[in-house]
Amino acid sequence: MGYDEALARYEPVLGLETHIELGTASKMFCGCPTAFGAPPNTQVCPVCLGLPGSLPVTNRAAIEGIIRIGLALNCSVVEWCRFARKNYFYPDMPKNYQISQYDEPICIDGHLDVEVDGETYRIEIERVHMEEDTGKSLHVGGATGRIHGADHSLVDYNRAGIPLVEIVTKPITATGDRAPLVARAYVTELRALIRTLGVSDVRMEEGSLRADVNVSLMPRGATEWGTRTETKNVNSLRSVERAVRSEIERQGGVLAAGGRVVQETRHFHEDTGRSTSGRSKEEAQDYRYFPEPDLVPMAPPRAWVEELRATLPELPAARRRRVQREWGLSDLELRDVVNAGAVDLIEETVAAGAEPAAARKWWMNELSRRATEQGVELAELPITAGQVARIQELITAGELNDKLARQVFEGVLAGEGGPDEVVAARGLKVVSDDGELASIVDKVIADNADAADKVRSGKVAAAGALVGAVMKATRGQADAARARELILDRLGAS
Amino acid sequence: MTELTRRTAAELAALMAAGETSAVEVAQAHLDRIAAVDGRIEAFLHTDPEGVLEQARAVDARRAAGEELGPLAGVPIAHKDVFTTRDMPTTAGSKILEGWRPPYDATVTARLRAAGLVILGKTNLDEFAMGSSTENSAYGPTRNPWDTSRIPGGSSGGSSAAVAAYEAPLATGTDTGGSIRQPASVTGIVGAKPTYGGSSRYGLIAFASSLDTPGPFARTVLDAALLHEAFSGHDPMDATSIDRPVPPVVEAARRAEIAGLRVGVVREFAGDGYQAGVTARFDEAVELLESLGAKVVEVSCPHFEYALPAYYLIAPSECSSNLARFDAMRYGLRIGDDGSRSAEEVMALTRAEGFGPEVKRRIMLGTYALSSGYYDAYYGKAQQVRTLITRDFEAAFEQVDVLVSPTTPTTAFPIGERADDPMAMYLADLCTIPSNLAGNAAISVPCGLADEDGLPVGLQIMAPPLADDRVYRVAAAVERALESRWNGPLLAKAPEL
Repeated sequence: MGYDEALARYEPVLGLETHIELGTASKMFCGCPTAFGAPPNTQVCPVCLGLPGSLPVTNRAAIEGIIRIGLALNCSVVEWCRFARKNYFYPDMPKNYQISQYDEPICIDGHLDVEVDGETYRIEIERVHMEEDTGKSLHVGGATGRIHGADHSLVDYNRAGIPLVEIVTKPITATGDRAPLVARAYVTELRALIRTLGVSDVRMEEGSLRADVNVSLMPRGATEWGTRTETKNVNSLRSVERAVRSEIERQGGVLAAGGRVVQETRHFHEDTGRSTSGRSKEEAQDYRYFPEPDLVPMAPPRAWVEELRATLPELPAARRRRVQREWGLSDLELRDVVNAGAVDLIEETVAAGAEPAAARKWWMNELSRRATEQGVELAELPITAGQVARIQELITAGELNDKLARQVFEGVLAGEGGPDEVVAARGLKVVSDDGELASIVDKVIADNADAADKVRSGKVAAAGALVGAVMKATRGQADAARARELILDRLGAS
Repeated sequence: MTELTRRTAAELAALMAAGETSAVEVAQAHLDRIAAVDGRIEAFLHTDPEGVLEQARAVDARRAAGEELGPLAGVPIAHKDVFTTRDMPTTAGSKILEGWRPPYDATVTARLRAAGLVILGKTNLDEFAMGSSTENSAYGPTRNPWDTSRIPGGSSGGSSAAVAAYEAPLATGTDTGGSIRQPASVTGIVGAKPTYGGSSRYGLIAFASSLDTPGPFARTVLDAALLHEAFSGHDPMDATSIDRPVPPVVEAARRAEIAGLRVGVVREFAGDGYQAGVTARFDEAVELLESLGAKVVEVSCPHFEYALPAYYLIAPSECSSNLARFDAMRYGLRIGDDGSRSAEEVMALTRAEGFGPEVKRRIMLGTYALSSGYYDAYYGKAQQVRTLITRDFEAAFEQVDVLVSPTTPTTAFPIGERADDPMAMYLADLCTIPSNLAGNAAISVPCGLADEDGLPVGLQIMAPPLADDRVYRVAAAVERALESRWNGPLLAKAPEL
C-alpha cells in the first residue's frame, strides 16, 4: 500500500529502542580494553569469556556515563536498583545470559524534544538502563551472511562485555505523516546529545549506536493500538526514516487486505529499503529474568548524581537557543544552520575571530554549495574553521574582496595550502592603489558615457554598472568600495 | 616422633619452622598416605606427586633463604575440585568439564599459594556441588573413613574424607546449603562456613551465587581458623565480597573461653527425623556448654521450617542460569559436532550427555521457578521466605550470642541408601540451610559418636554475619572440653584404614 493511502486510513504509533556503546576505556564488568577493530578475541579475559568461576565487577565509569545520559534526557536517577540476568542461549553470549536490567532500571521518566518542520515533538523516555554487549558472530559461507545457510560461524568476543546503554521511548503518537521524520529527528537529536556528553562516539556504521524501530498502526479514530513489530539492523539515520516508512506501508497493506499484523522482529535491508521477517515474538523465549546475584544493588549517592548534573556540558537544545540569540538568527535561519550541521563550524569560526554573520555566510553559502557538489558533509570539507576566519580577516582588512575570497576557498579546498599561501601563490590582491585605480576609473567613465551621464544627473544607482566595469577590467582585484568612491567623486555625485 | 600425617597443621608448621622437618618430608608423608589409602577412600580426583614436591621444595627454599613465611607455609592441603587451578584440571565433579585446564587461579587458590600451602590435589565432590553424599560425582563416590560403605557427606565429601583419613591436615570446601558442615559432621572433623562475602567466590565454579561460600576443613578448630585466615578477606574481583577485616578467628580459637556467653538452642531443630544418637550427643553438648559457664536458653525461629523449600527454589533458580554457560562452544565436552548439526543441537546433546541426573533435576526446577507466570509464586515467594528467615536470626541474635543445633539430623548413611530419594537426601541439610539463606557464620565441631552406629555427630554453632570469631570461640571451648574427656580427638576413635 502506498504511504499516503496508509496514512489516510491508519495512525502510526512508534517506539524506539536505542543501544549506545559507551566509550569507556575498559569493559562493563572486567578490565579488558574496548578499542574498536582489534584482531578477533584479543581483548578478552576469563570474565568477559564467561569462564567457569569468573565474576563480574561493575565499571564505575560506565555507571557515571549512563547517569549523565539519564540526566541529559531529563530522567530521574533512581535511588536504588539492581542488575538482572536475561537468560537465553546463543553462541555469541559467553554465559548464555546477559547482565542487563529488567524492572529496576537506573534512569526513568525523561524526555527529549525534537523539531520537525518547525514543530516540536516531545519524545517521552520510558527508561534508560545499563547492560553488557554480546560477542559478534560471523557466519561464513551461504549467500546472505546470516546464520541460515552458513557453512560455519566464527565468534569474536572482543565486543562481549562492552558497556551498553539502552534508551527506550514511551509510545510516540500523533505524529501522522511525519512519523518517519520524527523517528529520524529523535535519533539525530539523541546522537547529538550523546556526542556532546562525550560518553560514546555514537557511530551507527560501527554499531556504537543501534536503533530498533517499533511500529504499529491503528485505524484513524481508534483508541486501541495495533500489534507492533520491531525492526532491527537499522544502521543509519536515513534507514531509521526509511524503516518506519516502509513498515507503515507494509502494515497498511496487511491491514487493508483484512490481514493481521504478526508481532515479530523484522530485519531491515539497507539495499532494498525493505524488511524481512525475523523470529516471531509470539513464540519468543521466556528470558527468565531474575536479579543478578553476583552483583550488589546500585545506590548512586545523591551527592554524586548532583555533581554529575552540575557538570553536564551545554546540551544541544540549549546551545541552539544560545547561538540563535547570539547570532541573531530567525527560527528558519537557525533550522537551516542546524540541518546543515554547521553549528559547530560556525561557532568555531566565530571563536577564531570572525563575525557571526560572516562566518555563517561562508559556511552556509559558499562552503555548503561545495560540500553538496562533492557529496560530503560540511564538516568533511578539507578546510578548518580557523582558515575560514583567516579569509574573513583578510576581507575585513581590505586585502581581499568576496570574489577573491572565493578563489582562496577554492585553493584551500584543492589542497594548495592555507589562505595566506593561496593568496601568495595565486597572486590575489585587491587593487586599492588610487593612482592605478583612478586611471582605470577614468577610462571606464570615458567608455561608458551614457551611464556616466545618468550618474551626473543624480541617478546614483547607475554607478553600479561603472563599478562592475572597473571590477571586470581588473579581473576582480579592485577594491570595489574604493572604486565606487572614485567614480562618484569624478562625476560630482558624492 | 608422631607420624607426620597424624599431626595438626599448626604442629606441622611449628616443626618446619623449627627445622625439625621440611615441607618436602611433610609432603612426601602425605603423598605416601594418599598412595596407601586413597584407593579405598577415593577422595582425590587429581594428584600430581611431582608437582606437589616441587611446591614443597619451593617453600623449603624460601625458608632456607630466610624469607618470612606465613603461619601455614609448607603445610599440605587438599583442594576441592570446584576452585579453578591453572596447573591442574578442574572438573567440578562433572563430565562436562572433564579435562578442562583453567587459564586462571581462583582467588582462594591464589591465596593458598601465596601463603605457601602445598596443594596435594583436587578432591571429589557432588557434581557442581549439588548433593549431600558425593554420590553425584561423575567420577564415582568417595567413602567415609569411619566406614567405607558409608558416604562422607557432601558436596565437599572428597575434602572431608581426605582430612578424616589423614591424607591431608587441611582442605578447602564450599558451603551452599551445608556442603562443608554436613561432611565435617559425618566424618568427625571441623568444618566452617564463613560469613557470606567473607571469602572470595572468584574462581569458584558457581552453583548458587547468593549462597556459595568457600570455607575450611581441619581436624582441629585452631587449624580451621588458621586456614580461614589464610584465604579469607576482601577480594576486589568479587563484587559480593565484604570490604572489612577478617574477624579474629585464630585468636578466638586460641582463647576458647565462653563464660557468660548466651547460647540459644533452636527449638525447631529437633524431633521427628532426628536420629536418637544425634539428639543424645547434642543434648550433652548443650549441657557441656552450660557447665563451661554459658547461659543456655531455648529460642524459636518459626520460619526455619520453610528454609528447605525456599532453598530448593532459590538454589536451583540460580544454578539454572549459572550452568547455562556449559554449552560446548568454548571449553569442555562437545557432543555431536560432526558438521551435520546446528549449534543449538550440539549444545543440547552435550548438556544431555555431560550433566548428571541431579544437576538436570535442579536446572529443570530452577528453569520452571523462574518462568514467566511462575516467578512470583516460586522464586519471588522464596525470596520473601529468605527475608523472614534472616529476620528470625536477627530476632534470635538479640537474645543470644550464638545459636546451636545438630549439624545434620543423622550420622553418615550407607552409600546408595538415599541415591534414588532426593527428598531424603535434601533433609541432610535441614539444619545448615538457614545460615546460607541468611549469610551467617557457622561451624560444625565433633561432639561424640552416636550410640546406635558408633559414627560421628557434629554440633553446629551459628553466629551473625561477620561474627565468625564467635563460632570459633565456642567450637574451640567444646573441642577442648571434649578432648580432655575423651583423652584425645574424636578421630582417634576411628578404625585404622
